[in-house]
Amino acid sequence: MSRDSLTGSRIRERRVIQGVKQAELAKRIGISASYLNLIEHNRRRIGGKLLLDIAAALEVEPQALTEGAEAALLGVLAEAAVASQLPPEDAEQAEAFAGRFPSWAEALASSQRRVSTLERTVETLSDRMAHDPLLADSMHELLTTAAAVRSTAEILAGDEALEREWQDRFHANLDADSSRLAQSAQALFGYLEQAKDPAAGGKSPQEEVETYLAQQGFHFPQFETRGRPASVDDILALASEGLTDAARYILRGVLGQVRQDAAALPLAELEAAIAQEIVDPVKLARQFGVAPAVILRRLAAVPELGAGLVVCDRSGTVIFRKSVDGFSIPRFDSCCPLWPLFGALGAAHTVLYERLGQLGRGRMQFDAYAATDAAIAANYNVPAPVQAVMLLLPATVGDTSVRVREVGATCRICPHAACGARREPSVMA
Amino acid sequence: MSKHVVLVEDETNIAEAIRFLLGRDGWRVETLANGGNAAEVIRAARPDLVMLDVMLPGKTGFEILAELRSDESLADLPVLMLTARGQSRDREMAIQAGVSRFMTKPFSNEEMLSAVRELTQGRVS
Repeated sequence: MSRDSLTGSRIRERRVIQGVKQAELAKRIGISASYLNLIEHNRRRIGGKLLLDIAAALEVEPQALTEGAEAALLGVLAEAAVASQLPPEDAEQAEAFAGRFPSWAEALASSQRRVSTLERTVETLSDRMAHDPLLADSMHELLTTAAAVRSTAEILAGDEALEREWQDRFHANLDADSSRLAQSAQALFGYLEQAKDPAAGGKSPQEEVETYLAQQGFHFPQFETRGRPASVDDILALASEGLTDAARYILRGVLGQVRQDAAALPLAELEAAIAQEIVDPVKLARQFGVAPAVILRRLAAVPELGAGLVVCDRSGTVIFRKSVDGFSIPRFDSCCPLWPLFGALGAAHTVLYERLGQLGRGRMQFDAYAATDAAIAANYNVPAPVQAVMLLLPATVGDTSVRVREVGATCRICPHAACGARREPSVMA
Repeated sequence: MSKHVVLVEDETNIAEAIRFLLGRDGWRVETLANGGNAAEVIRAARPDLVMLDVMLPGKTGFEILAELRSDESLADLPVLMLTARGQSRDREMAIQAGVSRFMTKPFSNEEMLSAVRELTQGRVS
């Protein structure tokens, strides 16, 4: 590892010595804690303004962070000292320790690095568990139904004699709930089996990109200035360490699109426009003179809306997703063909709108807007690449003025047995 | 006058079981299946106890609880939260929002009844 690439370790060392929490420093310099974490583990290059900001926040000269051969080792030893709750007077001896016993110091540092790596892996897996909507919803469904079964069974098994009417009612409830429980368990089993598939075991390039984008909150303030926005290469230089070549390729395309959209309509202007009125994509497209697809993508980047976004190419393959709670976008299977996203592919120059509810996904509803977007063709008589974009805005449930269309996530776990668009049997059928 | 509980739960069969159990324990149970207007209903009804699911259509249990606690006159109202989301962060969120008791599904009937009795002890006859 070159000396320059150890800047992150030096930042971490300085921060730990000063007793500043990672989240606190990240907040001070205006980046996410996860991004600072990547920097501190030398997984992101750092320089320019960000380095100056960090140096200022830590009250050190920037050179102190970019120079120093032993800084990485001392940084890890300082980390080990904190983890082991060594008293400060012992922790301060790290340099002397490394000087006298370099091999032991390296061995200790190596163990500490391994611990940190394992901790990060656990964090990642926990996060995946917490943010995988399909898994979380399946578990919720399972536990909720188990609760109904347990309460009802306890009543029926209780000492007191029940009136016939109650008995019949609880027997019927128990029958329905036990059937639902079996279906939920089967669906969950199917999902977990699928996740165990070696072919799906590692992260796909698409997932790598999604993880990176989620770490950034799907937001790139560097692109949002009317003056001189950052280039895609600037962001890629910061982002791409640790990403596979395939993921970098995908990310380049995504960032290029975000930069282009930001130039057409900066987020601040869109946020100002929707602050006063309800969100109406077509009206906004007319107001700003941009394509509806641009509006849909930009709305998905407004944090307050909590919207989801799905983009597919002309083949119907999902090439981008921003997940939203309550609406499952399958990671591995093909999506439900009833989504307006796919309808938009056959309805060029039309913005489709439907209120959607996803079968078996609880009772959340979404206002779904879908439109196509064509890039500029490479030459004369060459078809332009086309994408369809679908925005999912969480809707107020209970609004009966709009017809709700029930769609699925993917056929395999969709309970709508008689669906004309079904591709394969459902495990819930 | 019988004891009055507002139960906000969108799972019909759980709601039915709870209604039966509490009804047998002398409670008048008012059930809401949607979180949207739950806070308004509770504010108007002034029940002796509120039982709240977390994942609800309209508004989440956390949002309803926050609305209730923002009303000084309802600051002491016992609120029992019943949820399948038993992760520690959900529990922390519930505590921060001012929940009186947090119970994860599936729970035993006896456990639920004990919680109800403890929360309303001295408040209702």
